[in-house]
Amino acid sequence: MKENNLTRGKVTGVIANLVMVEVDGPVSQNEICYINLEDVKLMAEVIKVFEKRAYIQVFESTRGLKIGTEVEFTRGMLEVTLGPGILSRNYDGLQHDLNKMDGVFLKRGDYTPALDDKKKWSFKPLAKEGDSVVAGDWLGEVNENEQPHRIMVPFKFEGRYKVKSVVPEGEYTINDTIAVLTDQKDNEVPVTMVQKWPVKVPIKTYKNKPRPFKLLETGVRTMDTLNPIVEGGTGFIPGPFGSGKTVLQHAISKQAEADIVVVAACGERANEVVEIFAEFPEIDDPRTGRKLMERTTIIANTSNMPVAAREASVYTAMTLAEYYRAMGLKILLLADSTSRWAQALREMSNRMEELPGPDAFPMDLPAIISNFYSRAGFVYLNNGESGSITFIGTVSPAGGNLKEPVTESTKKAARCFYALSQQRADSKRYPAIDPIDSYSKYIEYPELQDYIKENISDTWVDNVMLVKNILIRGKEASEQINILGDDGVPISYHVDFWKSEVIDFIILQQDAFDPIDRSCPIPRQKYMLDKVLDVYNTGFEFDSFEEVNPYFKRIINELKQMNYSEFESEQFKRHEKELYYIIDEKKSA
Amino acid sequence: METKAFQKIYTKITQITKATCSLNAEGVGYEELASVNGRLAQVVKIQGQNVTLQVFGGTEGIPSNAEVTFYGRPPVLRVSDDLAGRFFNSFGMPIDGGPEVEGDEREIGGPSVNPVRRKQPSELIATGIAGIDLNNTLVTGQKIPFFADPDQPFNQVMAMVALRAKADKIILGGMGLTNDDYLYFKNVFDNAGALDRIVSFVNTTEDPPVERLLVPDMALTAAEYFAVDKNQNVLVLLTDMTLYADALSIVSNRMDQIPSKDSMPGSLYSDLAKLYEKAVQFPEGGSITIIAVTTLSGGDITHAIPDNTGYITEGQLFLRRDTEIGKVIVDPFRSLSRLKQLVIGKKTREDHPQVMNTAVRLYADAANARTKLENGFDLTDYDERTLKFAKEYSEKLLAIDVNVDTDTMLNTGWELFSDNFTQAEVGIRKEMTDKYWPRKK
Repeated sequence: MKENNLTRGKVTGVIANLVMVEVDGPVSQNEICYINLEDVKLMAEVIKVFEKRAYIQVFESTRGLKIGTEVEFTRGMLEVTLGPGILSRNYDGLQHDLNKMDGVFLKRGDYTPALDDKKKWSFKPLAKEGDSVVAGDWLGEVNENEQPHRIMVPFKFEGRYKVKSVVPEGEYTINDTIAVLTDQKDNEVPVTMVQKWPVKVPIKTYKNKPRPFKLLETGVRTMDTLNPIVEGGTGFIPGPFGSGKTVLQHAISKQAEADIVVVAACGERANEVVEIFAEFPEIDDPRTGRKLMERTTIIANTSNMPVAAREASVYTAMTLAEYYRAMGLKILLLADSTSRWAQALREMSNRMEELPGPDAFPMDLPAIISNFYSRAGFVYLNNGESGSITFIGTVSPAGGNLKEPVTESTKKAARCFYALSQQRADSKRYPAIDPIDSYSKYIEYPELQDYIKENISDTWVDNVMLVKNILIRGKEASEQINILGDDGVPISYHVDFWKSEVIDFIILQQDAFDPIDRSCPIPRQKYMLDKVLDVYNTGFEFDSFEEVNPYFKRIINELKQMNYSEFESEQFKRHEKELYYIIDEKKSA
Repeated sequence: METKAFQKIYTKITQITKATCSLNAEGVGYEELASVNGRLAQVVKIQGQNVTLQVFGGTEGIPSNAEVTFYGRPPVLRVSDDLAGRFFNSFGMPIDGGPEVEGDEREIGGPSVNPVRRKQPSELIATGIAGIDLNNTLVTGQKIPFFADPDQPFNQVMAMVALRAKADKIILGGMGLTNDDYLYFKNVFDNAGALDRIVSFVNTTEDPPVERLLVPDMALTAAEYFAVDKNQNVLVLLTDMTLYADALSIVSNRMDQIPSKDSMPGSLYSDLAKLYEKAVQFPEGGSITIIAVTTLSGGDITHAIPDNTGYITEGQLFLRRDTEIGKVIVDPFRSLSRLKQLVIGKKTREDHPQVMNTAVRLYADAANARTKLENGFDLTDYDERTLKFAKEYSEKLLAIDVNVDTDTMLNTGWELFSDNFTQAEVGIRKEMTDKYWPRKK
């Protein structure tokens, strides 16, 4: 592309970060352009075109911008740079490396490169001369933080290509040519380790996308046991402030069985991101023995960073996840919070004076959200390998009211719903996921049920359904007790209530700050579920209702001590033995 | 403010609303400052030749031939050590009769801190108030509001916190302060001999409401000067942020923007976050801590202002009048400091988290006992003891007029436990009770 063919324009209006530009040539929707403000270039994106006028959203503050300022269009959409070296980096919403920026404060137009072009990677070829390949096929791999990072045929390549040559094993930088391909017309195309891809376009180089069926272990009991999420599944966590959304998301990101974690800190508190920056390089990844940060990439666009870049940040994160999925890896993508993203859309829609939908959000909000969620999923690649993106987003409903547009739209798109309840949070029952309101649609999938039967146990799904029933019955019993008074109901009501409390305290509640309890592997979850059901299946006899509460508190205490002990340790077994002594005390004949 | 030699004067205003006016002008920059018949204004919209100005002083009496000049720069504050001890209006002009401050010009509302350059907050701020230090410990670099009803003594509590906190500088941003409250702050700081540590930017109820929009940015620009240039620990007090948000909605309304929830502008979250996120711990040692006040209407925290604030700030503090002891306390149930985990039991004594949680749990038991009593049920012996405990706990610890250090608070906590309960009822880990349970004479 020649410089002089590119469209140029002049600023004709400014309203906050919405800028109107009179253009001298063709522009396309979502095209990226740069405003030449004094000595810096401000990046912006076209969001509407009307005759000769382009409406652009600027990813920076527009302070001092004047009418007549020159704008250069690039002809490309917002793109991310894909190649080895993405892991353990901290990017802003537009994939600029935050660590490479100078100074304490963010400067306008300080656009740092996403990847290191000096570093040498040891490349191992996977394809050989004469192979017929399409976009996304693996040509070779490098070792990125002990993970195989596949170098693929660039996603933008259309049709079939033939491998003309691949470089031998050796050390290369990302910009070195590692292979030469020939297209159908015998044109030679060199390929490097780095490629670009527009963030708003899904990467679809996989063969097919079946319904997800593999359980994704998160180590959080109330999720795995009651409302499991699957590899390639989608879920969301709505909750009022102070209900523990962020703590829960951090717990999931630390423990979930994923090869790579991408965290999009989207419009939330900076100190929360700082917590990740401070902790992740210190925490050991239990599966690899290395540091958690080595398999993590953080996209940080905190609430005080420019709003338009906030909107882009979730797409940037998703595209990075799709890139790694195409390598046959399991990705966990977390976005905190998707409400801030929706608010960014609202701010722009408002400045463009579009007719508003509910709560002044844009009319197409539900479509945008479901479109985004649909980019997650489990896929089979052309070479038979599989990869997945599991996406969990948080939602911050205004006023804690779940009937607001973002929650409602997300509910239609996501298959798992983890409702955080203020009431549980107030009584310090963490994680505050409401067991009755929350759901996982995956548990109804026959594919997942078969998978569980094979990998956990035959009775697991039935037990989970039973547990949900016990909880509902316990809730009903507790309501009756509250209305009629302790002595106004049969003793069995108290027993029903306390049996559900056993489940609440032992399965639902989990101490995210306890070194042992914070992560509970599936075999252990199964073991504890069996214990709890043992208690449930036992008939008890009490002389008065006053005996029930202290008795069950002792049962809960022993089970809780088991949760706090190393699995199957001496201590664990001691408490287990004690538990059965207690059960025998009141067991009915 | 200086005027340039060849400054163009415009005299043709095309549109006037209650808060804005528009005119045709050239070469104007976005967010640039202007003067309309001597009143300060800021560019909020440019469309071709047409420039819309937000007139801070309101547009009452502005004629369509008013003289408009542009300053060629956004609002600035002159910063230097001379700011200390001074009182300014929303524009950074002295209102205490003193001279203008000489110093560097800094644009207000400047850029954000790069998140990777922030340090995790780790220094606690001691206030002597147990409802804060014991239950909701504050940390440097934190941002936290008081959610208060208008009749509660939030300004007094805030002044007290400010004076007791060992901050190098205290910066007061007063928005819509009544003149009485302004004088109150002035007197309290004066009497405490703390004036030289204090900088105040004040917009009183007598001033036009739109002027308030500048106050937090002025205060935070001054704070950044002391925290970054001088590596000081700065405490910023913002009262009342509800009035700030109201001013935002006035302007957005005059600009025909579509309101979202509770007739607030759709950008309220970003607008508030831009201010609160100025709270930061710098790696070089300086810090900015923000304590704000958000007044509620009828205690409703689901209103857009407190709701958005709650999602931004790191916790919130509630005041409550405890009728048992007839004093104001910091409500242990609804208040929360999200950053306390970073310091309690680490910078304070090891038993801090356990004492804190146990006391709050027992206080909750007392609340249940009280409900039982009100519903006409009999109280058990345990219930009676929790009620006694709750009263003493309120009196000796929660009341805001208590001023002791954290170790004393913890010791008092242990004494209250041992006076009223057995070790089993308290249920604290054995190593702790062995060490701290008071031995009876």
